[in-house]
Amino acid sequence: MNASTTLVYDGSFNGFLTAVFVAFDEKINVADIQKNNQSQNGLFSETETIFTHVDKAKRVWNGIRNKSHNAISNIYFAFLSETEGVEMMLYTYIQKLMRAKNGKYLDYSDSTVLFIAQLARKVGREKHRMEAFVRFQLTKDNIYFANIEPDFDVLPLISKHFRDRYADQKWLIYDVKRKYGIYYDLDHVEMVSLNLKDIHHNKTVKSDAFATEEYEYQTLWNDYFKSTNIASRINPKLHTQHVPKRYWKYLSEKKEAV
Amino acid sequence: MNFDRIREKLNILADAAKYDISCASSGSDRTNKNKGLGNASKMGICHSYTPDGRCVSLLKILLTNHCIFDCAYCVTRKSNDVPRAAFKVQEVVDLTINFYRRNYIEGLFLSSGIFKSPDHTMERLVAVAKKLREEENFNGYIHLKSIPGASDELMYEAGLYADRLSVNIEVPTISGLKLLAPDKKHEDFTKPMEKVKNEIVRYQSERKIIKNTPKYAPSGQSTQMIVGASGESDKDIMYSATYYYKTYNMKRVYYSGYVPVTHDSRLPAIGSQVPMLRENRLYQTDWLLRFYGFSIGELLNKQHPNLDMDVDPKLSWALRNLHHFPVDINKGDKRLLARIPGIGMQSVDKIMKARKFRKLNWDHLKKIGVALNRAQYFVVCDSNQWERRDLDAERIKGMILQNSYGKFRDQYSTQLSLFN
Repeated sequence: MNASTTLVYDGSFNGFLTAVFVAFDEKINVADIQKNNQSQNGLFSETETIFTHVDKAKRVWNGIRNKSHNAISNIYFAFLSETEGVEMMLYTYIQKLMRAKNGKYLDYSDSTVLFIAQLARKVGREKHRMEAFVRFQLTKDNIYFANIEPDFDVLPLISKHFRDRYADQKWLIYDVKRKYGIYYDLDHVEMVSLNLKDIHHNKTVKSDAFATEEYEYQTLWNDYFKSTNIASRINPKLHTQHVPKRYWKYLSEKKEAV
Repeated sequence: MNFDRIREKLNILADAAKYDISCASSGSDRTNKNKGLGNASKMGICHSYTPDGRCVSLLKILLTNHCIFDCAYCVTRKSNDVPRAAFKVQEVVDLTINFYRRNYIEGLFLSSGIFKSPDHTMERLVAVAKKLREEENFNGYIHLKSIPGASDELMYEAGLYADRLSVNIEVPTISGLKLLAPDKKHEDFTKPMEKVKNEIVRYQSERKIIKNTPKYAPSGQSTQMIVGASGESDKDIMYSATYYYKTYNMKRVYYSGYVPVTHDSRLPAIGSQVPMLRENRLYQTDWLLRFYGFSIGELLNKQHPNLDMDVDPKLSWALRNLHHFPVDINKGDKRLLARIPGIGMQSVDKIMKARKFRKLNWDHLKKIGVALNRAQYFVVCDSNQWERRDLDAERIKGMILQNSYGKFRDQYSTQLSLFN
């Protein structure tokens, strides 16, 4: 019997796919797949470090995509959830997918398949929320700037949406939790990392980084938000269900509530 | 920008527009042209939610709340003493663009009180949409109100710029309309609907031949009815909704529980409760008709002119038709699965896919997300445990209610009896 091996990769999605490639290629009995900054040696397994290899990753990507488009997007979404131990679940998922005939990803009575589908759905929901909850503020140098703090790493998923929509303005969305952002310069979207002195959430103090009319529009928006409410139908439970409190600090219309 | 003046107007005109329930931004797939501003999201995006739990996806305002009509149910009727204001075309355009650029909204929902004449009003609404599309290269969502009595030419032009058009019929019965809105005729509402429907059909058939035919109201039409203002039954409301869905290809009919806004002997007094539970049951019925394959006669008929308040309409139908059950989860066809209480269309879809691989049991159903509390009395699956007792409808209903905690419970139950 093969001794089991723990694969350690660099934390990127390509790195993970390379690990899958190596595992299949060398017929490794995988004990676990771990990110290099949080790896733990198992008692009875060896450790192998995986070096990210884009071509190998691409082969795995294409292999899964040929099985099903749905499955590859499930895998990518679930990976971005950063859930602990998701790599091993995904590996099992890919194994099942490759072994079975087409359509395995639809077997919702299999617990791995259902788990990955539900996880992907959660990430999809967070992506949709971020498309809704980003609040741009216009800076003095004419860039629409927003801070976010999503539960999952959804920046790669939302960049197309914002590029398509705001094609004629410069914008920057910065993930405070993961310390990187995406910046659109009227041509391309690129990843940036910044050294932010202060995080611009709902402070009552006005920052001089922003254009003067910015605060006027925020006031108008807050007013609008207030007057569109029907007081006799108030339903706070439903409200927080739709707009969970953890997002409030970046929503200008909730400034007073925070 | 005269900030204070705009602020004042926005407060008045947003407040007056809030009784329009619709805030949908879905159904249109307009793309961003020539590196302009905005596009429409096919599934719609709700950018925020008001404390009453409704979606805020569009900048919903009136162009003006001056009105020549005197409809009893309406807050901007001419005999009501409220502050009046009116936006200029350019002011609406600026607000929309600046809110949109900050990702506050999906687009504009523009309605208006009727000043001078219906045509005069409609012309101004169209002017706003035209300016947004042609001068600002704005490709976001635009919802325009069709003003009752507007001419065909203007309705045609409106559809070229707007994604959705809507006329609110507000009162579901013609007799109710005579009582509450004596200035308006039923035909005033239906004529613009008819025109828009015909144009949509025409453009769709042209697109089949010429692919780059411009879009015409890609997100269709909708309408709204007030619930609980003129004493109509659920049957009246739903039959008239069905009529509008069929005759005018409505995308949506909205049901708005009447919020008392004026003192009028013809209407519920100010302070009386908004019929939210009833509204909820009507939406459930609406969904059953549009997505679950029910026909209106099965849910509401002469024997049952009103919906049950304590159970949802599907469960209520199932209890009246116990001879269809139990359904075998592993064999029953899709239409039948959709009729089981506690199983929604998402679960139906998952069940259909999963059962190709193996027979499903209670555990699988629970994980898929079926509400077994309701479903268990109506299904059999791959398990030797199922409801063997020959229970009658009252018994089943009692057992389900005992184990459920609906949010409206306090409104329908006077403490369940001790022994049932």
